Amino acid sequence: MAKTLFDKVWDSHVVRSIEDGPDVFFIDRHFIHEVTSPVAFLGLESRGNSVVYPERTFATADHNTPTINQHLPVADPLSANQLNALERNAAKYGISHWGLGDKNNGIVHVVGPENGITLPGATIVCGDSHTSTHGAFGAIAFGIGTSEVEMVLSTQCIMQPKPKKMRINVNGKLGAGVTPKDVALYIIAQQTTSGATGYFVEYAGDVFEDMTMEGRMTVCNLSIEMGARGGMIAPDAKTFDYIKGRSQTPKGEDWNKAMKYWETLYTEEGAEFDAEFNYNASDIEPMITYGTNPGMGIGVTKSIPNAASVEGGVETYKKSLGYMSFNEGEAMIGKQIDFVFLGSCTNGRIEDFRAFCSIVEGRKKAEHVTAWLVPGSHKVVDQIKAEGLDKIIANAGFELREPGCSACLAMNDDKIPAGKLSVSTSNRNFEGRQGPGSRTLLASPLVAAASAVEGVVTDPRTLLQTA
Amino acid sequence: MAYDKFNVLTSTAYPLPTENVDTDQIIPARFLKATERKDFDINFFRDWRFNQDGTPKPDFPLNKEIYAGSKILVGGRNFGSGSSREHAAWSVYDFGLRCVISSAFADIFKNNCLNIGVLPVQVSASFADKLFDAIFADPKTEIKVDLPNQTVTLLSTGESETFEINSYKKDNMLNGFDDIDYLKNIENEIAAFAETRPF
Repeated sequence: MAKTLFDKVWDSHVVRSIEDGPDVFFIDRHFIHEVTSPVAFLGLESRGNSVVYPERTFATADHNTPTINQHLPVADPLSANQLNALERNAAKYGISHWGLGDKNNGIVHVVGPENGITLPGATIVCGDSHTSTHGAFGAIAFGIGTSEVEMVLSTQCIMQPKPKKMRINVNGKLGAGVTPKDVALYIIAQQTTSGATGYFVEYAGDVFEDMTMEGRMTVCNLSIEMGARGGMIAPDAKTFDYIKGRSQTPKGEDWNKAMKYWETLYTEEGAEFDAEFNYNASDIEPMITYGTNPGMGIGVTKSIPNAASVEGGVETYKKSLGYMSFNEGEAMIGKQIDFVFLGSCTNGRIEDFRAFCSIVEGRKKAEHVTAWLVPGSHKVVDQIKAEGLDKIIANAGFELREPGCSACLAMNDDKIPAGKLSVSTSNRNFEGRQGPGSRTLLASPLVAAASAVEGVVTDPRTLLQTA
Repeated sequence: MAYDKFNVLTSTAYPLPTENVDTDQIIPARFLKATERKDFDINFFRDWRFNQDGTPKPDFPLNKEIYAGSKILVGGRNFGSGSSREHAAWSVYDFGLRCVISSAFADIFKNNCLNIGVLPVQVSASFADKLFDAIFADPKTEIKVDLPNQTVTLLSTGESETFEINSYKKDNMLNGFDDIDYLKNIENEIAAFAETRPF
């Protein structure tokens, strides 16, 4: 029977299948960070277990780190304690650890690919739902809970029933100012926040073939926001070019061997999916969310839908708009904003900073807007500087911060104050996600940049045209 | 981590019909700074249970005395979406709940619950509506969740529905086992498999 890309990678990692139960699923690569791993190590120790394959686990500090003055001791004692626990556990078990200040440090889903740890055909997990990012390389990658982190540390396996398969095809050519983030927000709006629950998604079609690796990462990253366990894209020449020569990718004969395998990673003609959807690139415009889940997104030029026209319960919908202080039928364009956040595992890569700069170059940040620009890793910072983007950013009245998850989940001090409205390039607009009482509009780096200079929600295409 | 076995549970229930309840509501990120698993009940639904000054919001179901001590929560569709934080499942457990009933669960939350001894029971949308109606009509309404028979019953009317759980997970819940017990038992098989991996 013809196999899908997902089947090929999944089936080759099944140690055994349990009848009327899950598969024992082997994990090639495991990322850990300071928030979801400490209890896993405690569990491991209380059972008298050890880390069986320390070379398959990689630690980086990102969720709970400051984005200024990283050279100073971390002020919050609870945060410092978590960071110390990560460092201690990594040292004790011989796990590679990129702590605060390390040149390889950054957001786990940025540094994995950057350093060649993320490979096609691999299985990758992390105690973080946005692990789906790594699917951009043709890997099966998804988020797990802390019990499963302990399983991977102590056995290198987890127990998972094989998800159903969905393919999402987007064909045609994207218009000017329409980015991978917009493609993802558009798909999620069509699927709703739970439409892909129980599925693993393969993205296919012209739009993903034309996309850069950074763009593919943005799309796969957001798979979880429609409920999917993960998303993946078949590896191609772009994928191989991206990973070749990175510090941890196979070299020499190992590379040649790996390439032979990677070239088999595609969905065969006639392979079946449990669900399939087709969308047209030309229907997608720059997107923005207006509610409290990522499925509540519309084209930036559109108005907030009426309760009667959306799926789901009216009360939940009204609660959501009530939280945002928005009304049905209102336009998004022109809403005054207070904050802009550029960063996160969704949009904290070099291409996102290039996009942001393409709009703010030669313009000035609106005075009333506070902007946090947080690169995804130190390598992204280095590249920003190498390309001179730091000067464009400074000249436009913005400042760069140091890498980390930052205001995406606001575990550190980067919290949007209660009631304030932020245009954010991150992945979740849940109530209080960016700080208690904060209100989030998810959008692309272009929409964020345009809104930052105008001070109100702005269609970036209006600024592209005058540039 | 060991948990109490689950067999048959009969209890009143907290009703929370809001849809798409995400794990940032169940436990906000700022309360994820612990390095041990304890006391996650304190910040369970923190921003829905409490005002910013720390005073309780009396209208929120989890604060209502009439439901106090319930071991079941009946949640709206797509319960537990968002982040993979197992802390959300821990906070459910630490609050004294052993079962969440909903017409749909987010995958990772459901997995996390099963791994720590909270039973996620997926029912039809119409049965979920019946449960909400019954609880709102009489807060002392009892629900019986029978894991061996895989049934959930509204005791006041006798209406019942079966629910799905695979026999492996069912066996774990009935006996208080977890996956690590299973995996450690087959570590030689896993080691042999690992040898075959190219990277």
